[in-house]
Amino acid sequence: MNRRSSANFMLWTAVLASTLAASCSRKSNSTQLPKPTAFGAAIVESSGGKQVAQTGASLPQPLVVQVNDEQGNAVAGALVELQSAPGVILDPANGLTDSSGQLTTNVSLGGMAGRYQITASTTDKSHKTVELKLEETALGYQQTLGSHLNTEYCDRCHNPESTVERVSNYDNLEVKPHPFSEGDSLNKMSDADLTAIVTYGGPALNKSALMPAWGNTLSKSDTQALISYIRAIADPPSRAAGPVYTKN
Amino acid sequence: MKQKLTSLWQKVFGDSVRAFGVVSVVFLFSIAIAPAKNHFSEWRHYQHGYLKMIHNRSDANTLQRHVESGIQQIWLPELGVVDRCTSCHVGMKEPSLADVSSQPFRPHPVIPHKLDQFGCTVCHRGQGAATTVAEAHNSTLAWEQPILPAKYIESSCGECHRGSLPGTPVLNQGRHLLSRYGCVNCHMVKLPDGTTMKASDDPPSLSHIADKSTREWIYAWLKDPQAYASTATMPNFKLTDDDARDISAFLIANSTTLPGDSVTLSAKPSSDPAAGASLYGESFCASCHAVQNAAGNMVGGNVGPELTKVGSKVKPEWLQAWLQNPHNYDPGTAMPHYRFNSGQVATLSTFLLAKTDSDLLANVHLEAATAEQIAHGKRLVSDDGCASCHEIAGIKKPENFAPELSRIGSKSITQLIFHPGMQHTLPDYIVGKIKQPRAFSPGLRMPQYSFTPAQVDSLTTALLALNEHSITLPASLAVPAVAESSYQPAGKAGKLMSDLACFSCHRINGHGGDMAPDLTWEGSSVQRDWLVQFFKNPGTLRPALIRRMPRFNLTDSEANELTDYIMTVYQNPAVDRDSMQLSGYSQGEIELGKQLFYGKYSCQGCHIVDTKTDKGYIGPSLTHVGSRLTAAWTYQWMKNPQALRPGTIEPNRAMSDEDARALTAFLISQKGGATKETAKK
Repeated sequence: MNRRSSANFMLWTAVLASTLAASCSRKSNSTQLPKPTAFGAAIVESSGGKQVAQTGASLPQPLVVQVNDEQGNAVAGALVELQSAPGVILDPANGLTDSSGQLTTNVSLGGMAGRYQITASTTDKSHKTVELKLEETALGYQQTLGSHLNTEYCDRCHNPESTVERVSNYDNLEVKPHPFSEGDSLNKMSDADLTAIVTYGGPALNKSALMPAWGNTLSKSDTQALISYIRAIADPPSRAAGPVYTKN
Repeated sequence: MKQKLTSLWQKVFGDSVRAFGVVSVVFLFSIAIAPAKNHFSEWRHYQHGYLKMIHNRSDANTLQRHVESGIQQIWLPELGVVDRCTSCHVGMKEPSLADVSSQPFRPHPVIPHKLDQFGCTVCHRGQGAATTVAEAHNSTLAWEQPILPAKYIESSCGECHRGSLPGTPVLNQGRHLLSRYGCVNCHMVKLPDGTTMKASDDPPSLSHIADKSTREWIYAWLKDPQAYASTATMPNFKLTDDDARDISAFLIANSTTLPGDSVTLSAKPSSDPAAGASLYGESFCASCHAVQNAAGNMVGGNVGPELTKVGSKVKPEWLQAWLQNPHNYDPGTAMPHYRFNSGQVATLSTFLLAKTDSDLLANVHLEAATAEQIAHGKRLVSDDGCASCHEIAGIKKPENFAPELSRIGSKSITQLIFHPGMQHTLPDYIVGKIKQPRAFSPGLRMPQYSFTPAQVDSLTTALLALNEHSITLPASLAVPAVAESSYQPAGKAGKLMSDLACFSCHRINGHGGDMAPDLTWEGSSVQRDWLVQFFKNPGTLRPALIRRMPRFNLTDSEANELTDYIMTVYQNPAVDRDSMQLSGYSQGEIELGKQLFYGKYSCQGCHIVDTKTDKGYIGPSLTHVGSRLTAAWTYQWMKNPQALRPGTIEPNRAMSDEDARALTAFLISQKGGATKETAKK
């Protein structure tokens, strides 16, 4: 009797355990990562970092990271995992590097304006995690408006790059304007200083008169929008751009 | 078993006093549930969390003073808003919390509206009255609104703002695509103001297609329009080989010849192999037409069709007739009537016809069409709704060919059919429909577009804005779009202006394109002689621009006709041409103007007066400005450029009358003498 009940008990335990195991394995199956066929020693950015897009929008270019070995040669078949703050959509969020050692991911930014950190990680031969941190910028309403004003009024002088549609005036100016991404110099200037320069022109702060006064052309909120855009795209980042959203 | 139950009953309720006690205790507990639920509610948890978070901040006192405990509510009866979101989103109005990264405590980013006046759900959707995270954000009940994903948020702006806004590029692009890709040719979109959205894709008439193209090209185009031109707006109808064969057979058989559609020129193209390319450049064809260069980049505008492989598409005789006068084949075309001579037509057409793709038609072998095939083609043309976009002789434009989309943004998801694996939300449904319209069920006719993900998102944003809320909005809240006027110039000059398609690029009295300057006040702005010369040989005013005014080869009488009309009709009442002279300024005034130009106002940053020293490439070159502009216009422009041309980027410098007069004197003295001197040397 006793032996029979214990056998019964063991049978049930076995059934329970196997169902549990089955359900568990099914669960982990859906999030299972592909098996790496190779391991690298370092992970580097190929392209796609420091892009700017509106909140919630996908970045104009995909993010491409590359896994290299100790000699700096690309490693194919290494596993790369990407993580970011909640709300960021990474498509795909993991995968094996292709024949040129790269993984390409489309990124949609989260719903809040600010900088988003994307962590790309891979494991080396000794199963140690190697990480790469990248940052992308999401523009909120005000910064988007600022970006529009920048294209309209500022970009042609302040952006040294020419495009097919527009020739840059940067090189033609005796005193070079600051590109707006130039955080090193612009971050040191207060909002009040920037507002004064935009409103009253360069001479307001003893700077070049080639920077005209825009106070009668742009409204106060336009100027604020422009400054919020300048803060958002500064590199190195400006503190006024707010927090960095990370994976945790 | 039954015995046990009976004894339990006896134990609890056997004695009446004991029974009373037991019932009271049970009652008390059940009453306590409500306050307990309240005490452990999510919003209290978040409010405590907020207080804990601000506790250690330097501005804790100020922040604490702003906190109001309990459920918060924004109630706006006229908008139907009962929003309790601020019960958990406590720091919404605290800009000093900008460094906080955790929700729900972030301050709201700066927007042009006040939270107290608009609430939250007007823009974000979701359940305003709910007080739990799940119910407010993603209600599982099918008839309620989930939160609108951030990437579509501009659709909410579009509910009230019917025109484009500088801060809503996604919505603006979506609306533009709806008409640019001809969506509204099949899907009617009635806007809340009662008008119907108009298409801007201008699909060509197919009634005389045989004059223009071969059946082989039509076949290849029908099979895959993007294989011919990657920028083509025509979608892919995923036709079978047989269907494409029959439709092409019908279109050719149905086509009639228009007199003048084909010409055979006796003139020979220029013997200079570079002549074609330079005529293409001089005529600024690239302002409107794009060509893919060797590097794979598209170079040129998108007003007209892409010309990368045009030689595989058009018949030489048709192209020559078209270049002679495009209005013969298509009276409404945006293409100007260049007055090319036959030598130029021959040169340009030879240049264009060389732009071929040998692979495009290599595998197209069509046998002569049978009557049956033609009849089948005709049926397909009606069934696929080709006439919704194209004019086709003998086929009526179908009405309401596709479902109306005027209220698509408030379509209940219970009415939608999703395919497996899709998220059951309205935005996901719209995205799916745009991306893969035929995946939803077999037999659907909507063609396949090749939109980028960003274009799909912007289209979805524009469609979500078309909703019940927008239609029932109180009129006081709606911000109407600036309607395009139907202005048409009159008389002989008016005819000439439509022949030259001036309105394809220029805007006058609220009508026309935005590629070139607004000419509403051109008559006050420029001098007569300059304008006549400019028509005959348009020089470069803005060296940095790629798009420029082309030369139309006007005759003297045409140039004079146009100039007279512009000088008399396009006059700004605020600019009195005769109030200021073109000469007679004192040397002192001119000198002062020069100092102001190079000093105080530093105009040389954007303009060039002296080509030796100035390098400004943004505004028009001013070396000859004294023979181009009137003095009165220049003076008024100095005072307030936006008053004369709204939206111009020339900054308003709020000049004093003296400064404006001195600068005018300086500028009007710039008659291009400097360049004449250098020419002499």
